[in-house]
Amino acid sequence: MTRPSVWSTPVLVLAAILMTFVITAGPILAAGANPIAAYYAFVVQPLTSTFTLLEVLVTATPIMLTGAAVAIAFRAGYWNIGAEGQLLLGAIAAAGIGTMVGGLPPLLALPVMIVGGALAGAAWALVPALLRVRFGIDEVVTTLLLNPVALLLVNGLLHGPWRDPETGFPESPRIAASAEFPALIERSRVHLGIVLAIAVIVVAWYVLARTPAGLRLRAAGLSPHGARFAGINVPATLLGAALVSGAIAGIAGVSEVAGIQNRLTGGLSPGYGYTGIVVATLGTLTMPGVALAALFLGDLTVGASSAARSLGIPSQLGAVVQGVLLLTTVALLAVRRYRGRRASARSDAAPPGADVAAEVQPG
Amino acid sequence: MTFLVDLLAATLRNATPLVYGTVGETYSERSGVLNLGIEGTMYAGAFAGFATAWATGSPLLGLLAAIVVGIGAGGVMALMTVTFGANQHVSGIGLTIGLIGLSEFANRLIFQGGELQRIEPMPTVNPLPFLGDAGAIFNQYGLTWVAFLVVVPAAWWILQRSSFGLEVRAVGENPEAADAAGVNVVRTRYLALMIGGALMAIGGAFLTLALLGSFTLDIIAGRGWVCVALVIFGRWRIFRGVAGALIFALIFSLQFRLRILPEFAELPFELLLALPYLVVIAALAISGRNVAYPGAYLKPYRRS
Repeated sequence: MTRPSVWSTPVLVLAAILMTFVITAGPILAAGANPIAAYYAFVVQPLTSTFTLLEVLVTATPIMLTGAAVAIAFRAGYWNIGAEGQLLLGAIAAAGIGTMVGGLPPLLALPVMIVGGALAGAAWALVPALLRVRFGIDEVVTTLLLNPVALLLVNGLLHGPWRDPETGFPESPRIAASAEFPALIERSRVHLGIVLAIAVIVVAWYVLARTPAGLRLRAAGLSPHGARFAGINVPATLLGAALVSGAIAGIAGVSEVAGIQNRLTGGLSPGYGYTGIVVATLGTLTMPGVALAALFLGDLTVGASSAARSLGIPSQLGAVVQGVLLLTTVALLAVRRYRGRRASARSDAAPPGADVAAEVQPG
Repeated sequence: MTFLVDLLAATLRNATPLVYGTVGETYSERSGVLNLGIEGTMYAGAFAGFATAWATGSPLLGLLAAIVVGIGAGGVMALMTVTFGANQHVSGIGLTIGLIGLSEFANRLIFQGGELQRIEPMPTVNPLPFLGDAGAIFNQYGLTWVAFLVVVPAAWWILQRSSFGLEVRAVGENPEAADAAGVNVVRTRYLALMIGGALMAIGGAFLTLALLGSFTLDIIAGRGWVCVALVIFGRWRIFRGVAGALIFALIFSLQFRLRILPEFAELPFELLLALPYLVVIAALAISGRNVAYPGAYLKPYRRS
């Protein structure tokens, strides 16, 4: 099928970004700033110095992981909106394991902590996934509801058993030195997490594109009925996708604890799980797209926090941009889908959940 | 006795935002659109209501502002899902992220992160003072009375008995048939989403205008998601959804009171705070098995 090039995915994503900038000019003007100067500060400024460039990598790390987590689930047609809670569970596990592995060399301590965080994230994803595949209970609601529960669990630990005994601050004890992610570049905060994130992206890309398991996952997302007809065990595929998704989100939590905070804190995640949905959608649910989208949103976040200081634009604009970006991207994807459908006069056979998955998968 | 009266009064109070939200979400979903923008719509209603009441000194103008914001939020959701036919899950999450961001952005601009501003909360009304101590159950905010005595019966009557309600249910069950019968599918879904958005925003504004008299970050704290669950629990019926809201509010109010008892002093209060969410999930697991969703749920409508 040949599509006019104006509707190609890169053009569409760039159009969504431009539309977002037009729409968010309103709040920027309300803050008394020049939108052009603001976008320059958001997008270009962070790329102009080595320090901010490295900060972009630091900021992109957790959302690259949550973006990959969300993308894998969405490709399977499983609506995991619970990456936020799964990330927090990974962080709890990392903070717990991190204090206990002081006697181990880093080469052992780090894998133990990463695996522990991944298992914790997967465990948090397990109940909604089981309820979905066994009883047909909507995973959107259950994964969403578990997010505030995970945050309460973090706060319960920090105000209870894990409260710092010396300072009384609601922060868990510092993890052992051997459990800290090593810094990759001197005098920067770039840590092992970015390597982990890129490794996850590469492996997930390979599995999705080149293995039978990936084919089953994509088939389940495109058409559960068709997949079942082709002999694919759709419930098992959904369960697998949900658990892998939760595990990757859990690793994002490990990365923030071991690479940045070195302990569990209440403000560990400013909504990285939800940002993962923006990253996954902007990346059109493909792994290279997720990596690029995470870097772009990392760029915007670093830019927004410096613009807050230099231009007097509240940094909360970052969340506005994310929300609008999600809306413009998904709207343009829908418009493209219906264009294609009308042109080829196909009937609407895809199930409701599969539309994002269907419209972005090449060929 | 005092404990019980106190508990029941708190239950009605805490159920109020959930009742508005659940009725609003029911209208959206019965027209065929899952509105996950509810959390953000309630948040924006809470903020817009508070900021307007603070600036003008009038809680009623605040309520009006919340309604306008809610209609706007419902309109954006309709534009996304009805006009563009975009994915409803992602659109709703985008709306929620955007509205929470916009509210906090405006909060920062207007209040500069200074000390917490307060307004005079709406007064409570007690129409049954002759009941004495037990009458305290009915000593409630006007918006609570409106929710239970006006909004719920009217919402039920309109949905089940009026021609507009029939149209909403028709476009949510089988838009092709509704269209063939001359129902304007697009207009009906827009109206259902805008009415739903207005109700959600009132639910949020109840927190700032009546219950608290102030706006704090994370003020909705997942109440919108609870409403989405209550709609499924209530099987898209107004009264069943409201019953669910009352049960949730009862558990919420109970854990709040248990926290101050010496028997529970050892327990981290966050555990009790998490209890209502876990009960909702458990209730869904028991009652939500293979329920019949509205026929056109999540499906955009296109004339073929």
